[in-house]
Amino acid sequence: MVHDPFKDSASGKTLSAPPSPSDYMKDSVFRSFAYLCALSIILLLAYIVFELGSQALPAIKEHGLGFITGTTWDTNQNEFGVLPEIWGTLYSSLLALLIGGGLGVAIAIFLTQGFMHAKIEVMFRTIIELLAAIPSVVYGLWGIYVLIPLIRPAAHWLHETFGWFPLFSTDLSGPGLAPAALVLAIMILPTVAAISADAFRRIPYKVKEAAYGMGATKWEVILKVMLPTASSGILAGLVLGFGRALGETMALAMLIGNVNDISVSLFAPANTLASLLASTFPEAGEIEIQALMYASLVLLLITFVVNVAGLAVQQYTMRKFEGKK
Amino acid sequence: MKLFAKSAKSVFVIGALIGAMNSSAAYADLKLIGSGASFPAPLYNKWFKDYSKQTDGVRIDYQSKGSGAGIQDFINETVDFAGSDAAMKDSEIEQVKKGVILLPVTAGEVVISYNLDGIQELKLPRDVYPEIFLGNITNWNDPKIQAANPGVKLPDQNITVVVRSDSSGTSYVFTNHLAAISDNFKEQVGGAKAPNWPSAGTIVKAPKNDGVTATIKQTPGAIGYVEYGFAKLTKMPTAMLENQKGNFIEAGGETGASALATTDFPEGNLPNSDVPDLRAWATDPSGDDAYPIATFTWLLVYKNQGEEKAKALKDLIEYMITTGQESSEAMGYIPLPENVVEKVRNAASMIQ
Repeated sequence: MVHDPFKDSASGKTLSAPPSPSDYMKDSVFRSFAYLCALSIILLLAYIVFELGSQALPAIKEHGLGFITGTTWDTNQNEFGVLPEIWGTLYSSLLALLIGGGLGVAIAIFLTQGFMHAKIEVMFRTIIELLAAIPSVVYGLWGIYVLIPLIRPAAHWLHETFGWFPLFSTDLSGPGLAPAALVLAIMILPTVAAISADAFRRIPYKVKEAAYGMGATKWEVILKVMLPTASSGILAGLVLGFGRALGETMALAMLIGNVNDISVSLFAPANTLASLLASTFPEAGEIEIQALMYASLVLLLITFVVNVAGLAVQQYTMRKFEGKK
Repeated sequence: MKLFAKSAKSVFVIGALIGAMNSSAAYADLKLIGSGASFPAPLYNKWFKDYSKQTDGVRIDYQSKGSGAGIQDFINETVDFAGSDAAMKDSEIEQVKKGVILLPVTAGEVVISYNLDGIQELKLPRDVYPEIFLGNITNWNDPKIQAANPGVKLPDQNITVVVRSDSSGTSYVFTNHLAAISDNFKEQVGGAKAPNWPSAGTIVKAPKNDGVTATIKQTPGAIGYVEYGFAKLTKMPTAMLENQKGNFIEAGGETGASALATTDFPEGNLPNSDVPDLRAWATDPSGDDAYPIATFTWLLVYKNQGEEKAKALKDLIEYMITTGQESSEAMGYIPLPENVVEKVRNAASMIQ
């Protein structure tokens, strides 16, 4: 409330005038430019889908839906199936969302709800946003050289002690689902944290004051008032983070083990669609490229479904918690 | 007088420079484009760079995109030459209208590397290492491994097999060797650039030579295969392998050359052609001190092209099989045996 433009103009301190023809000009030029940009995004996406689809067409005709339920990827027999990759993609991304999403929202609360001095807050925020700037190959190397040796003893203990539990049914030798999911979680953390923090900041201060005024404690305010009010923004962050996890390539190709097995065990090697694309594309022959295009189409479809589902949940929470229609 | 001598010298130098420029003008900025195998790419690139430096006017570009892609480019005639670890199949040769000459120009070895704390020397018998890569032998203290290494205390540790996740000539050579010495392996996996490895929970895949190397280094109890040059560069421990004669041999320039020396070249010519067939495979060499996993890699050139390009290619190949061979061992490749150099020179003379 430092500077109120309405007061300024009412008191006659500034000169105001109706928009001039050149203002209208600028306005309409800018508007058409904005429309053009928006349209080009849609066209670009349509073109990508068209291009992928036309290249994948022979493989779609050849393999049909068997491609999605098949479990072998054998170039020598021209047998292609991506069920293990679909499973690995969804499993690793969900785990990452569970860990990275939870941590991200917690960090957002920590950063915005007055737990520390504003200057330290800025420092923390910068550090977390820096995580987003680290190249994915570096994450992969870090995973191989630091994370895997770090979690191996714990994984070994879990397997020895709780081996009957399906999640721990195999031992972690090296690359596997757990290190991959952990690195993914760190990679999506900045996205989730930054967007959630913005969502918290957008809540008018009055809401908080009103809740305190009714005698709520700090945690009651955070959990029962702030969190639901910010939920649509947080969900947007989670959906974006999940999308990033689904499409992550290099770090996963280095960490997940690239094995076409379907296993619930956290410590078993697995494979993802993006990793399959990254490792087989460079040397693929004509027929395999068609199959890979089909695989990327499947990945695109999964991402699309996830985004639409996220949007639907977001709409629902908006109506429920924020009273909007 | 001194001044005069100096300027005379500089005149001479300038004259020599002009002379050099004149002689190089014979090639008038000729550009040769090649693509293919990534396995010999580091050596090719060094050769081509050195060669371009000493012959003004000839520029050679080599894109390492894989043997399969190289053969495809060669058939489509989008390149002047190609590289392939798998030579060319008869069916592929028939598709090339300009005629094909296949020349082995260098060779390499594939080594088995491992990660066992404190164990510097490991011997692997012929009946053991195919079984490890099939996922049938799963622990390092397996009696079969222990029997071959009497002086070594092998740990009770699971074996993690690391293989390539991308399609590669290295996998092709390695699996072809395993298929040659083990019927089990031949039936279950076979030799291929992207083999369909058995889905035992102990096998993991990593991209490229560096991915496999990093995974082996970071995984206690791991075993995997990489190119010899790469293992040498990264100082990885390599296993001694039992060859056909029953000797345990370490990978190296000499043992590799010995493997290639005993390789028999096929009699006769390439299909529908008068060019000698130089497609020889050392899947299981018979020499006493031959390292068992060695292979040639081939340069594919057209038999018929313009006179200018033909001359440039001939000069280039002569450079590769003479001066070039001197730098191959330092980079982890095997120098060609003398009899092979002669065969290549003979076949290269047919380039028109």
